[in-house]
Amino acid sequence: MSVIVLTVNGRKHRLNIDPATPLLYVLRNQLALNGPKFGCGMQQCGACMVLIDGKAQYSCTMPVSLVEKKSVITLEGLASAEDVLHPVQQSFLDEQAAQCGYCLNGMVISAVSLLNTSTHLDDLTIRKGMQHVLCRCGSQARVLRAIKRAASASDK
Amino acid sequence: MLQINNTMKTSRRNFIKSAGSLTVLFSLDHTGLLASVTAGQDPELPGILRRTPAVSAWLEVLADGSVRVFTGKVEQGQGLCGAIAQVTAEELDLKVSQVEVVIADTRRTPNEGFTGASSSTENSVLSVRYAAAAARRELMDLAAVALGVPSETLKMLDGKILQKSGGHPLSFFELLDGRKLKSEVRLPLHLKPKEQYRISGKAVPREDFKRMIIGGEMYIQDLRFPGMVHARTVSPPAYDARLLSFDETGLRKAVPVLKTIRDGSFLAVICEDEFQAVKAQRHLAQQVKWSVLQHKSTSLPVPELLKSLTVASSKVKTAPVPFPEGIPAIRSSYYKPYVMHGAIAPSCAVARYADGLLEIWTHSQGAYPLRDTISDLLKIPAAQIQVTCLRGSGCYGHNGADDAAAEAALIAMAFPGRHVRLQWSREQEHAWEPYGTAMYMELEAILEKNGRISHFRNSIWSDTHYIRGNPGYLNVAVLRDAPFERKKNPSGSGGYRNADLYYTVQNQTVTANFFNGPLRTSNLRSLGSYANLFAVESFMDELSDHAKIEPFDFRIMHLEDQRAIEVLDKLKHKVAGLPKQKNTGMGIAFCRYKNSAAYIAVAAQVKVHPSTFKITLIKLWAVIDAGEIISPDSVVNQIEGGMIQAASWTLFEKVGFEQQTVQSRTWTSYPIIRFNDVPEVEVEIISRPNEKLQGVGEIAMCVTPGAIVNAIAIACGQRIRNLPVGDQLSIKNR
Repeated sequence: MSVIVLTVNGRKHRLNIDPATPLLYVLRNQLALNGPKFGCGMQQCGACMVLIDGKAQYSCTMPVSLVEKKSVITLEGLASAEDVLHPVQQSFLDEQAAQCGYCLNGMVISAVSLLNTSTHLDDLTIRKGMQHVLCRCGSQARVLRAIKRAASASDK
Repeated sequence: MLQINNTMKTSRRNFIKSAGSLTVLFSLDHTGLLASVTAGQDPELPGILRRTPAVSAWLEVLADGSVRVFTGKVEQGQGLCGAIAQVTAEELDLKVSQVEVVIADTRRTPNEGFTGASSSTENSVLSVRYAAAAARRELMDLAAVALGVPSETLKMLDGKILQKSGGHPLSFFELLDGRKLKSEVRLPLHLKPKEQYRISGKAVPREDFKRMIIGGEMYIQDLRFPGMVHARTVSPPAYDARLLSFDETGLRKAVPVLKTIRDGSFLAVICEDEFQAVKAQRHLAQQVKWSVLQHKSTSLPVPELLKSLTVASSKVKTAPVPFPEGIPAIRSSYYKPYVMHGAIAPSCAVARYADGLLEIWTHSQGAYPLRDTISDLLKIPAAQIQVTCLRGSGCYGHNGADDAAAEAALIAMAFPGRHVRLQWSREQEHAWEPYGTAMYMELEAILEKNGRISHFRNSIWSDTHYIRGNPGYLNVAVLRDAPFERKKNPSGSGGYRNADLYYTVQNQTVTANFFNGPLRTSNLRSLGSYANLFAVESFMDELSDHAKIEPFDFRIMHLEDQRAIEVLDKLKHKVAGLPKQKNTGMGIAFCRYKNSAAYIAVAAQVKVHPSTFKITLIKLWAVIDAGEIISPDSVVNQIEGGMIQAASWTLFEKVGFEQQTVQSRTWTSYPIIRFNDVPEVEVEIISRPNEKLQGVGEIAMCVTPGAIVNAIAIACGQRIRNLPVGDQLSIKNR
């Protein structure tokens, strides 16, 4: 056990914890967050994605000790201080881009990361950028529409 | 923009309240639930209303003027709760946001069995519509008395009743003065005329979406009880492996463990912390000694192997004129492999045993059936078990949910007093869920000179599509010291669903053969229809080739039902303008689900690379007719998603196994569709408000495979008869 200081959604947390614990378990259990989800624990499905210093990363295999000096943002932390949705969340809502919604976290976090890093998002770039996130309900067509909507809104 | 602050607070309270242990609120006074109240013989009441007619079993008015609805079905991402909220809001002139929907829970919802077979809409949603209409009558009558005016002069608005001419409104809650609704649903019943609908039939954004998108509590995985402990199980390497020994001392040296539980070959471990439980599970997996029974190896290819395991046959349809032997017939056979449900979330359950009460939280498809099964399994009276269903990720049928729930219950019984959370690993979900069975189909037909099919014969081979019932269907039941026998009853209508033609062919012979295959199988979205219609609709194109009649026309000339013809006509119109491109093909398929429910026609456009034979699925179109539509966007969502999931099954999916060991254990060894391969999708609904509404959850699965392989055949001249399509084309041509 060791003391780890984590910065999640702008708040600092001091935790006495096994430093090898995957970040996902810490976020869900110690910090009681629901956004990042357990899907495979093997970096194969993307359900657990979080933003680490603005970039989408798997939290299911990431030892918590490795993110100590970094900023972690989860789905819960995307909305701005005025309680309005992030534009990507809003476009997913507008397109009703989910069925069961379990993959939604990975979809939204990955899309935000994609919009953070790419200036021009065409269909192929979006697909490539989302390739690591699985959806079993088949909501991908809607997800693509939602991301394009968010991308065109951010171009304006 | 959505204001999330208050929503979050209320959501959290509601989640804990609805999922938690506040049983005292609900347990005693819910008369409608307790038994089959003597109801009149109302043959036209939908679903279970005849035996559960009390409106209070379905609806309750809350202090803030909103209405809580109880459904015995579960939400699996199919939009059930949204549709229920819409019909309730419609009948009671509420806002959709004023309706809260509670899903299957033995403490407080009616018993509507399992959720599946695209039947929730025609049963639960309609039941709620009727119950809401009865509630409306009761509330209007109360208001008429309270205000001393005829009820015809009153109107409802957002949870209140007031005179049409204005005046002081009375809320539903005031009118009931804390009492429950007391009427029963009886025919004749005045339902709101459909031409007055302002919510039902309109695309209403899902209320639950607002909570999902901000990471609100929603799923079984989000349940957190004070003092909850974490359990993991250690699964055998194969179905029939037996646990010989494990080193508890070694385990306890490596990981702080609260308890290990061994019951026969069932092995579980409980820890305070989740990551400890994961480490304990890994430690045990490394050191446990298993026996594996040795099977005779076989060199038979899988379809032949399965046919060799046939245990029963039955005639499904016998032609008036038997299939003529000795004259040339057109014959083709098709194979569909074992396919996974492949839920994105591995199964999970929470259980607590305290003071003689076993509480279970699960994402199973049915609270009451699971309660009864666990009662049999653990030999506890059903009255001492409470099962609450919560959402999991989409399940598409019977996945590992029941298994995880039963295992959690067993573990909780051995560790009383605290909530025990069991989470399956990805590998466990892949290797231990009950799959959709492999199937083999042999089709034959004779064509008349004019191209009409005069005789049709279909012999299918299938394992069971429904394994629930006796507790022996559960993994843990057969692993324990006192095992239940797994009574696999392979027969049943699921296997030959849609094996006979909806097309007008007088002489049809259909035989269903049932094998007892090596893998555990149960219901997966659309049951046998996926494989049967893959075969039938592929065969229809093969026949149309022989008849030299274009596939649309060939199908339409064999149809009499105008609604069937209309979905095909509409689809034909949709794809008529497609430019002809090299190496590209457009294929179609049609069905009426179960030959009695909703109609769907699908077209697929496919490109096959001329040298690499890589297949690109460009686009899928669907035209559907499911009668009355309550929630159009949910329907479109189901069809879009169904087509994409079916494309994944068709192009990529096959459970790999050797003897009794499943080899597909990760998303690498069992790949499913990813973004690069997702086609464009387009759905058109033919709305028929006055026709019976039909479920749409499964219909897209049935026609997508036929459309895809027919398109491939047109694009490159090669017919795929074994699924998945995979890389068969490239292998053949190297």
